[in-house]
Amino acid sequence: MDAVKLERYKSSQRRLLKDRLARAVIVSGGVMVLVALLLIFLYLLYVVAPTFRSASLTPVFEAEPLSPGQTLTVGMDESRQFGYRFTDQGIVEFYQANGEHTARRLDLPEGVQIVRTAVGHPSSEIVAMGLDSGEVLIAKADFDVSYPNDVRTVTPNVRYPMTDSRVRLVDTNTPIQVYAFESDDEITTLVWRAGAGQLRLSRLTREVDFLSDETVLYRDDVALSAIPVSADELLLTPDQRQLFVLADNQIQVWSVGDIGQIKQIQQLEAAEPGAQITDMALLAGASSVLVANSDGVVSQWFQARIDGERRYQRIREFRHNTAVTAITTEYYRKSFAVGDAQGGFDLYYTTSQRRLLRQSLAGSVVSHAAFSPAANGFIAQTEQGLTVFELDNPHPEVSWSALWQKIWYEGYPEPDYVWQSTSGSNDFEPKLSLMPLVFGTLKAALYAMVFAVPLAVAGAVYTAYFMSPKVRGLVKPTVEIMEALPTVILGFLAGLWLAPIVESHLPGILLLLVALPSAMLATAWGWTQLPERWRNSRWGDYRELVLLPVLLLVGWLSMSLSPWLELWLMDGDARAFVTNDLGIAFDQRNALVVGLAMGFAVVPTIFSIAEDAIFSVPRHLVNGSLALGATQWQTLTRVVLLTASPGIFSAVMMGFGRAVGETMIVLMATGNTPLMEWNIFEGMRTLAANIAVEMPESAIDSTHYRVLFLTAFVLFIFTFFFNTVAEFVRQRLRQKYSTL
Amino acid sequence: MNKWFKSGAPWIWMTGGAVSLSLIAVLGLLLLIASRGLVYFWPSTLYQWDLVHADGREEVVIGERYEWEQVPLERLEEAGIQFEVEGEFVERFLVKTGNREFVPLDFRWIWQPTVVTERSPVDLAAFERIRNGNFYGYPIAVVIDGARFEGAAMESQMKDAIAQSNALAAQANELQSKAIGQINYQLEQLRLTERKLALNGQDSEAALAAIAVSREALNQEYLVLESRLFALREQAADDHVVVRDMRGESVSLPLDQVMAVSFPNRMNLWAKGRWWAQEIAKFLSSEPREANTEGGVFPAIFGTVFMVLLMAVIVTPFGVMAAVYLHEYAGNGALTRFIRIAVINLAGVPSIVYGVFGLGFFVYMLGGSIDALFYPEAHPAPTFGTPGVLWSALTLAILTLPVVIVSTEEGLSRIPSSVRQGSLALGATQAETLWRIVLPMASPAIMTGLILAVARAAGEVAPLMLVGVVKLAPQLPVDGNFPFVHLERKFMHLGFHIYDVGFQSPNVEAARPLVYATSFLLVSVIVSLNLTAIAVRNHLREKYRSFDN
Repeated sequence: MDAVKLERYKSSQRRLLKDRLARAVIVSGGVMVLVALLLIFLYLLYVVAPTFRSASLTPVFEAEPLSPGQTLTVGMDESRQFGYRFTDQGIVEFYQANGEHTARRLDLPEGVQIVRTAVGHPSSEIVAMGLDSGEVLIAKADFDVSYPNDVRTVTPNVRYPMTDSRVRLVDTNTPIQVYAFESDDEITTLVWRAGAGQLRLSRLTREVDFLSDETVLYRDDVALSAIPVSADELLLTPDQRQLFVLADNQIQVWSVGDIGQIKQIQQLEAAEPGAQITDMALLAGASSVLVANSDGVVSQWFQARIDGERRYQRIREFRHNTAVTAITTEYYRKSFAVGDAQGGFDLYYTTSQRRLLRQSLAGSVVSHAAFSPAANGFIAQTEQGLTVFELDNPHPEVSWSALWQKIWYEGYPEPDYVWQSTSGSNDFEPKLSLMPLVFGTLKAALYAMVFAVPLAVAGAVYTAYFMSPKVRGLVKPTVEIMEALPTVILGFLAGLWLAPIVESHLPGILLLLVALPSAMLATAWGWTQLPERWRNSRWGDYRELVLLPVLLLVGWLSMSLSPWLELWLMDGDARAFVTNDLGIAFDQRNALVVGLAMGFAVVPTIFSIAEDAIFSVPRHLVNGSLALGATQWQTLTRVVLLTASPGIFSAVMMGFGRAVGETMIVLMATGNTPLMEWNIFEGMRTLAANIAVEMPESAIDSTHYRVLFLTAFVLFIFTFFFNTVAEFVRQRLRQKYSTL
Repeated sequence: MNKWFKSGAPWIWMTGGAVSLSLIAVLGLLLLIASRGLVYFWPSTLYQWDLVHADGREEVVIGERYEWEQVPLERLEEAGIQFEVEGEFVERFLVKTGNREFVPLDFRWIWQPTVVTERSPVDLAAFERIRNGNFYGYPIAVVIDGARFEGAAMESQMKDAIAQSNALAAQANELQSKAIGQINYQLEQLRLTERKLALNGQDSEAALAAIAVSREALNQEYLVLESRLFALREQAADDHVVVRDMRGESVSLPLDQVMAVSFPNRMNLWAKGRWWAQEIAKFLSSEPREANTEGGVFPAIFGTVFMVLLMAVIVTPFGVMAAVYLHEYAGNGALTRFIRIAVINLAGVPSIVYGVFGLGFFVYMLGGSIDALFYPEAHPAPTFGTPGVLWSALTLAILTLPVVIVSTEEGLSRIPSSVRQGSLALGATQAETLWRIVLPMASPAIMTGLILAVARAAGEVAPLMLVGVVKLAPQLPVDGNFPFVHLERKFMHLGFHIYDVGFQSPNVEAARPLVYATSFLLVSVIVSLNLTAIAVRNHLREKYRSFDN
């Protein structure tokens, strides 16, 4: 007896244990799934967040100058292992973190002094030193990378890019002052002055003699008599075609591309009111010049075509508040750094108009500074010595204004919304405005809704309210099956079947818009003229089917009439008519095609929900209205539709949400050009299609990658918002019905 | 009339017209896909047109007729083309001429006025070839082992020879993909083992020597197989068939390039039907050729089915568990209601967003970590840190989770609470009630949810483009090499096949019929899945109606 009891007890304990176990498994599993869904939201945020983070600057090491000489220029190597400094004693000093600093003497004869030096653009790193021997010494710091024993080893070196280390400019031992210098593989340009003479411009062209295989240097010279000797600073563009002259608090722009035709092309009143211009620098890509002022304002100027003429324009400014002492730019991106008289140090990005960093260097004034080639390091020279920093600045291009406002991009005539995320060139300015994509998304969705809402809502009204139950049982699933059709098939048909038809039968398609409703009205009139006997027979149940052949016939007629209409109204070529006579662009894959195809994809969504809402309007409301003498139509518009309107609204919302996120149809049925035109005959690029096109090519963790995640996040929030509103309205409606 | 308008009757008809339009659109679309897709396999009549061009040049064109259209004379005159015809329009039709290596374009428009005669001679044959598409012409002779056959003997000999060369090709293919593929796979595994040993510091002389021995053995085996393969290929190489093409020249087609020959103008309806069925079978079972624009779609079908099954295996337990938790265990508080709305809304989030999430989270984050932990020997080539079938299945599982949850919850809420209370009153625990009573009763709803999820997953393309689908996968995710199922591999998918062939292929005109056929296949799979789901749902509703009363 006891044993049996115990056995029973045991078994129920086991059952209890099982029950608890099941509960634990299901609860944890369920919560896990819900957390996983939440994870999507969080993960998107996690990827997007770093784009808005500021830059950071961490000191790696500091070094006292090895020799007493004045600094000519500073720089860093690609691996961030070395910082270097050129001194006016002809020494190049290499500093590294472990304290093993080294120095090398340039090929400078004893007793010869360096007079005045000019430095090429940052990515060339070439220094031209004018000597008092009538020569110029051209050198750059170089870093050899080798792999002894599979260990990457960087050896600092000095290289002379010209054939000889020194180039003689004048025959006598006159001191040479180099004002500006730029060099590429073939051509070198120097602006210089011997003793107290005029400014001269020399162009050295290197050519390899094809007979002797020797490198020969050709030299062209011209005197720049119009440029004042008193000029404070001269700056050559890397393509050696333009020269900026800072003189009398103004900047003159000279065209020096053709040595026979040197002329001033513009004068920039670049000084701020009451302030002195302190420095100027070229931004990466050398399209923009940055002008620093004594009141701390840095302005950006570039050439824009206005009234058919390319002229430098003041584009934007950065307010730094303290007088700027040094300004330096990145190698490839549009960032620049500014050091001021109070030891402040700021990092800016021009396109996004963003201050990425503000740091104080403990009261010491930065006199020279440079970025490392990959912009992940920074070297600054102050009175205390040299400091090498690690710079973390991965996403300077993104800011609220860069994403959502009009930006004046380099080379554009005016501020504009542009999406152009990648290009072949290194110093390309990414244009990351989301506006064209959002515009395209809304355009596609709205054209789809124009087509879908009337069709779906009217269809839902008829199906739910007038249709006989038998026909309804067939019609509803048929339309709903459409929702399951893969959109890739709709996209394929839209792009390869519908688009050519729309192009070749444009008048017919437009005719359909008029012909179909007229045909419906005509059929309705015809029906009233039928004998009563026929109308009330059992075939009257299927009267909606009468329209099917009529509409098919009208459709066929419109299409057959299309060539004739085209001939009469559009001179036989609709496309040429639209482009030439109406003056609007015409793409084969355009918004009309997208509207039709995507409208088609959205119809079942709207239809299904709206039909449910109308069908579940309590029957006694309808009966009451009819009993009081209202007609069917009056009951529908005044009672049924009013009661069901939240449901219809929610259906339209759902449809809109679907149209916004649809990818394949838009991808296949438009040209995917990010335009901002409402023109129905032009295409667009939507957020979703843009992700599909660009995501596979974007490098992981790059700015482009993160901005694409941001667009996905925007889509997520957008559709989630619309759907939540729709769902909320629907739930409220359901409650209302249950109380009625 | 005014009164009639006031009565609202015309507006009712307008709403009726909207339904009719939607129906026309739906059915028309399905019919369009079906007709274009199925006609692709039907042996169409071959025509020979004798043309005289405006400049007096004569030409013979042989081919299939594809499309037809009218062009206004006015537009032609602008383009500088003149025709002496009555009326405002000129007709032209699109012809597939095949013979791709001898003509600049294998599709061309022919102006009706240039046609002098149009015939469909019974001797015209269509050769389906491995490369360069179809060839049309009059077969003159067939040369087999140096012996030349003409006339009636030719046709029977040709058929036998083609059957034989197809068998040889199948053998060679089998040898290449199975045996040689296996050796290559093992060689790659050896390389990885060697690298792994080196990484772990276990690369002793003995271990390396053992690897070298097995590598040598594999290389030997490879050489033997390769010589067998070459022998097989050479066997069929010399036989050829001589065909007179539309330029009037005799062209010899090697028989190992010919897959099938047909005389469509001779076929009666029955023969055409059989040919059609054969072609469909071939389409479903063979590999794609010519950058996917010809041949079959078997790898795409396999990839789609495999990925969807994998997804179903993942999504079912989790979806059901979440639904059971929401409905049976979590209280009916505000939080639960909010979660429910959120889950429903997740079904409306664009699929591309799931693709982006899958790429970032599964592929780069999870996959990258797996590679770093378990596959250091393959570095820098990624194993799991690259799009693949597992990540696609996971991404689509997350995408379809809401579908399964919503459907299962609906099923659970349809079960009257009296049933549950009865079970509990009889002493069953909650788990027992769930397992014995509730879940069996909800199983049709779960099935519905699963079928809908599968239908949705089978048609989704956008997220897959980011997480694992490719235009041409060299290997299936399942093969004879250990561990037999390769979840890290990329795969082909019917939906992506449509996008890729329709939009990325160089010869869209030639590829279009195949895309229609693929579309029809995909549509019929998805529509039948949905119809099944609807049927199951209706059955379910009928079943529980009795409980309500």
